[in-house]
Amino acid sequence: MATRKSAAGAKPNVSADALKSYYRDMLLIRRFEEKAGQLYGMGLIGGFCHLYIGQEAVVVGLEAAAEEGDKRITTYRDHGHMLACGMNPDGVMAELTGREGGYSKGKGGSMHMFSKEKHFYGGHGIVGANVPLGAGLAFADKYLGNDRVTFTYFGDGAANQGQVYETFNMAALWHLPVIFVIENNQYAMGTAQKRSTSTPDLYTRGEAFGIPGEVVDGMDVLAVKAAGDKAVAHCRSGKGPYILEIKTYRYRGHSMSDPAKYRTREEVQKMREEKDAIERVRQMLLDEDHASEDDLKAIDKEIKEIVNQSAEFAKESPEPAVEELYSDIYAEDLPQGEAIETSDETEDA
Amino acid sequence: MPTEVLMPALSPTMEEGTLAKWLVKEGDSVASGDILAEIETDKATMEFEAVEEGTVGRILVEAGTEGVKVNTPIAVMLDEGESADDIDSAARAPADEPGPSGGGEKAPAEAKTAGDSGADAGQAKAEAEGGPGADPGQVTSKASPDWPEGTEMRQQTVREALRDAMAEEMRADPNVFVMGEEVAEYQGAYKVTQGLLDEFGAKRVIDTPITEHGFAGIGVGAAFGGLRPIVEFMTFNFAMQAIDQIINSAAKTLYMSGGQMGAPMVFRGPNGAAARVAAQHSQDYAAWYAHIPGLKVVQPYSASDAKGLLKTAIRDPNPVVFLENEILYGRSFDVPVLEDFTIPFGKARIWREGSDVTIVSWGIGMTYALEAADRLAEDGVEAEVIDLRTLRPIDYDTVLASVMKTNRCVTVEEGFPVASLSNHLSAVIMERAFDYLDAPVINCTGKDVPMPYAANLEKLALTTTDEVLEAVRKVTYR
Repeated sequence: MATRKSAAGAKPNVSADALKSYYRDMLLIRRFEEKAGQLYGMGLIGGFCHLYIGQEAVVVGLEAAAEEGDKRITTYRDHGHMLACGMNPDGVMAELTGREGGYSKGKGGSMHMFSKEKHFYGGHGIVGANVPLGAGLAFADKYLGNDRVTFTYFGDGAANQGQVYETFNMAALWHLPVIFVIENNQYAMGTAQKRSTSTPDLYTRGEAFGIPGEVVDGMDVLAVKAAGDKAVAHCRSGKGPYILEIKTYRYRGHSMSDPAKYRTREEVQKMREEKDAIERVRQMLLDEDHASEDDLKAIDKEIKEIVNQSAEFAKESPEPAVEELYSDIYAEDLPQGEAIETSDETEDA
Repeated sequence: MPTEVLMPALSPTMEEGTLAKWLVKEGDSVASGDILAEIETDKATMEFEAVEEGTVGRILVEAGTEGVKVNTPIAVMLDEGESADDIDSAARAPADEPGPSGGGEKAPAEAKTAGDSGADAGQAKAEAEGGPGADPGQVTSKASPDWPEGTEMRQQTVREALRDAMAEEMRADPNVFVMGEEVAEYQGAYKVTQGLLDEFGAKRVIDTPITEHGFAGIGVGAAFGGLRPIVEFMTFNFAMQAIDQIINSAAKTLYMSGGQMGAPMVFRGPNGAAARVAAQHSQDYAAWYAHIPGLKVVQPYSASDAKGLLKTAIRDPNPVVFLENEILYGRSFDVPVLEDFTIPFGKARIWREGSDVTIVSWGIGMTYALEAADRLAEDGVEAEVIDLRTLRPIDYDTVLASVMKTNRCVTVEEGFPVASLSNHLSAVIMERAFDYLDAPVINCTGKDVPMPYAANLEKLALTTTDEVLEAVRKVTYR
């Protein structure tokens, strides 16, 4: 077991196409979230809405390390995860506006979206509760004998929940193929990490359970991808869980109603100017002649169109039919054609 | 003077056991802590140690004897200088007179039979004997048969019925597995999972650490991932640690996902008061879970219902909370001998028909309801006794049809009175059958107090047959 900081400075070997796709995927999340913020301001999105702006490199880097069939589950700051795993922006935005065309037919909202097709298991609103769920998904994969890996995302705030450690113990005990991704954006809602956490190095939190951990610069998508590759290889080879503490930063408030009294405007501004993950890749593309300004403008334009389209869809999609109030409370069908006809005959007899 | 060794009470609910094996023979010297015998309770096989040194003078109960009542003398120990001859001259306590004279734990059986209610004493006797005739479980519902007439029946305990239900479903579906504390190597804290590890192996019968919140969540995640988990809580008291996962994760995901995914699984274990285990281990959670849309809730009384409903629960594509009862585990009932016997949810069972009053209950409350009905019959009052069996969905129609016939209703439940299921039933009856009522519905529930430890207070805290009788007298204006 080892807990360590990733090697810094090593120049990753990455293709122009890969770099461009990271740029594009991160930009999609940012523009999408900006639009969501706008729609919230217009009253089209209600309730809680937690934006991912600033943290884009985390999910984009890790999705680049995932393979088809791998699973992901996260908390309520989840729009970025959905877009990064390929869910349709129209369906995500329409869920934010509470419309029929949303992923949950408007019944889940910002915090509760799912996609069986993309192996995205939510979208959970209780801090820390998705962590045992993620381990449970990995448990199912191990039980079924496939070699899938589950990415279980949670924040520095959730890292102080008791059930996270109950899960670490069982995941290590049973060698579950789960990657615990701690997205450390430095603030648990409005409480700075140093005010809530006795030891700052969250990647060491698995040591007591024998789970290796690593801290990663979450503003560097290539570093995240490299760490993801390592974690995935570890899990897929049957060695059990792995912890990635990814240091990142959220530019916006915890939710839309954040008074932002707990940090300075200068701190946020400094991160944006000096550390921004999208700007970093943009510069890299230009510096290494992987793309021209015009190429990047074309990408920006494409993203803008996708996001505008999603906003239009989300506005035009009708509200769910009133019958939806009472649907999906219970599943009707018995899976695998399991028959209880015998009993029915018994009943009728 | 020779000292008697008494059959020990090895669990809070043990009333009798099997003397499986003697590890000493007459004439052996033993020291304090030496193992004298192996005793099989309804939960486990346990070693029984000598408390002080001496010589085994005589063995009174042969190895292999079943049904040895707690506090029965099973051997006689001799002090230094004594011989077997001293035994015959010494007065021996009669085997059928339990008492603290020989030392050792007071058996729960004593606490029960010592009560001032003759009916309760009779009940305890019926429980201990588990035999036909004495057991209210022998009353067969006429109105609502769950199996064809003429079906072969056999006596089985609730515990065995639950185990068989799990084993049958595990044979039928390889994705069904059971996880929980002590379910595997220990063979179940209450022996419900006995034998499952041997048949299905450690992959499917999984001992968890003592970490309810975590393993309940892992179970829900496994259900999201395509498996059919049975999560056993050693008791539902400990499930309070996990209730967020049961409600927020298991019950609500189908709705929150617009029908895309849910948690087909069972949360099961003993619920409600056992015997003398005090406030933190004695609570009925029926009303808590029945409150939640997205959950199905079952609380069986008889062994046949336990089996048929648990099989249905395991196959159900929704999360099911299956509330068992420790005191009922050891009771025997007729169970149909059918290859694949299930009972649908949402269907009450009419245990006895009557025209004077409707008594509605479920789970262990049925013991009071049926006993009250027997005693009422002696006075010429014919009670209709309905066992709801499932608490979500509830078979309102059967209750309402009965109330419309009898015009009177008494509910019996073990849980706390405030916001109880009984309150809910009263409200539904008032709304839907107001014009049929000749008296207000009376709720017999547990008292509005944390469960006390003291035997007399515990008895008072639970509802009783006498209270049910009193309620019936009130609603029938007698």
